[in-house]
Amino acid sequence: MSIQLDFPAVLERWPSFLGGAVLTLELAALATVLGALLGTLAAVGRGTHSALIATACRIYVEAIRNTPLLVQIFLVYFGLASLGLKFSAFTVAVAALTINVGAYTAEIMRAGFEAIPRGQIEAAEGLALSRVQIYWHIILLPAVERVYPALTSQFVLLMLASSVCSQISAEELTAIANYIQSDTYRAFETYIIVAVLYVVLSLVMRAGFWGLGLVLFPRRRRLGTPL
Amino acid sequence: MGGHLNVNHLIFLGHGALWTVGLSVIALVGGGIVGFAIALARISPLKSVRLASAAYVQLVQGTPLLVILFLGYFGLAAIGLQVSPLVAASASLTLYVAAYLGEIWRGSIQSVPKPQWEAAEGLALSRTQRMLKVILPQAIRIATPPTVGFMVQIIKNTSLASVVGFAELMRSGQIVNNSLFEPFVIYAIIAVVYFAMCYPLSLFSQRLERRMGRGRVNLAPA
Repeated sequence: MSIQLDFPAVLERWPSFLGGAVLTLELAALATVLGALLGTLAAVGRGTHSALIATACRIYVEAIRNTPLLVQIFLVYFGLASLGLKFSAFTVAVAALTINVGAYTAEIMRAGFEAIPRGQIEAAEGLALSRVQIYWHIILLPAVERVYPALTSQFVLLMLASSVCSQISAEELTAIANYIQSDTYRAFETYIIVAVLYVVLSLVMRAGFWGLGLVLFPRRRRLGTPL
Repeated sequence: MGGHLNVNHLIFLGHGALWTVGLSVIALVGGGIVGFAIALARISPLKSVRLASAAYVQLVQGTPLLVILFLGYFGLAAIGLQVSPLVAASASLTLYVAAYLGEIWRGSIQSVPKPQWEAAEGLALSRTQRMLKVILPQAIRIATPPTVGFMVQIIKNTSLASVVGFAELMRSGQIVNNSLFEPFVIYAIIAVVYFAMCYPLSLFSQRLERRMGRGRVNLAPA
């Protein structure tokens, strides 16, 4: 049995691959920003005095973290459709990924909040900082700085997981690969190229987050260690 | 279209759930064996072995499981190796799980305090003896909570095997849905079944972590 690999036949579709990679990055970027907001809100919600809000946030986090992304995507996709709402597959993908990564972000942020020493908050109160000032300067920013590495790995994992959106035919790298392989009958070559592209994308994201961390956290840059 | 959800559909979903458990066990055992080898290779005294295993981990952790599954199923078929969905899914999941478990366990082995390694060497234990009698018994304690936590990821990730046509829980749901077309109800049931499998493990992992006295964030591939 001879195995013949023909990469040039697939590589000549490079504009499609590149377009897919850009779409995947767009999808991941949108879901990362929205998910970070949602997750932070949920983490704050879990720490409030209102038992109702805290329980709702807890249920959200546990429900999402204990079910597969694929099921969540289908539920959002068909759930919105059964409510009579028509959205593009890309919009549904962004929504489902946001809901998903929001739960993981909430869990990471909560760990960050819990790591803030009680004394610092009391000191801030003693200095007559307002509640908003305390939340922003004493709790939120130091917490983000502390959990930044965990957050960024989660966002890279989100980018990889966005491949699952191909199952509702949202346009992204894996969906385009599925199309190319059914067109060229060169499945092995196509998926090898796509795998390499994902590895490159995850390295690009890691490098980007590292650079962003240097800009966002000057203290970290100067001291070379987190806090 | 094809009538209402009845007991036969639920039995069919039950079979799917059993296959989800089966595939998870295969992935855990297969991935555990390969992952243990990866963990040892990552701390090998040979530089080439360390580099090769690090490259493997980087490659797999930088690739979505879905693409690995497609490579294992369509890819191998395209180059002339016909494999069944079960074999393709088991092999892909094994390779994927190995990369993650390998890293978790390497971390656990390396977090056994340095004096323990030195004391074992001072007692003239061989490398194998040191590993088996001193380091591993302590590393297993450290590794248990994150490993149980990762089992939740394995169960969730087996849902992706549905895309290569393996009839686990997710695929069974899709098949039932094709005949009834009540997607929201059926996927909600599926979600509840996954939750019932994963949540006890999550709680157990959290309890173990608390008992170990080291609260760690459970980093999870979505």
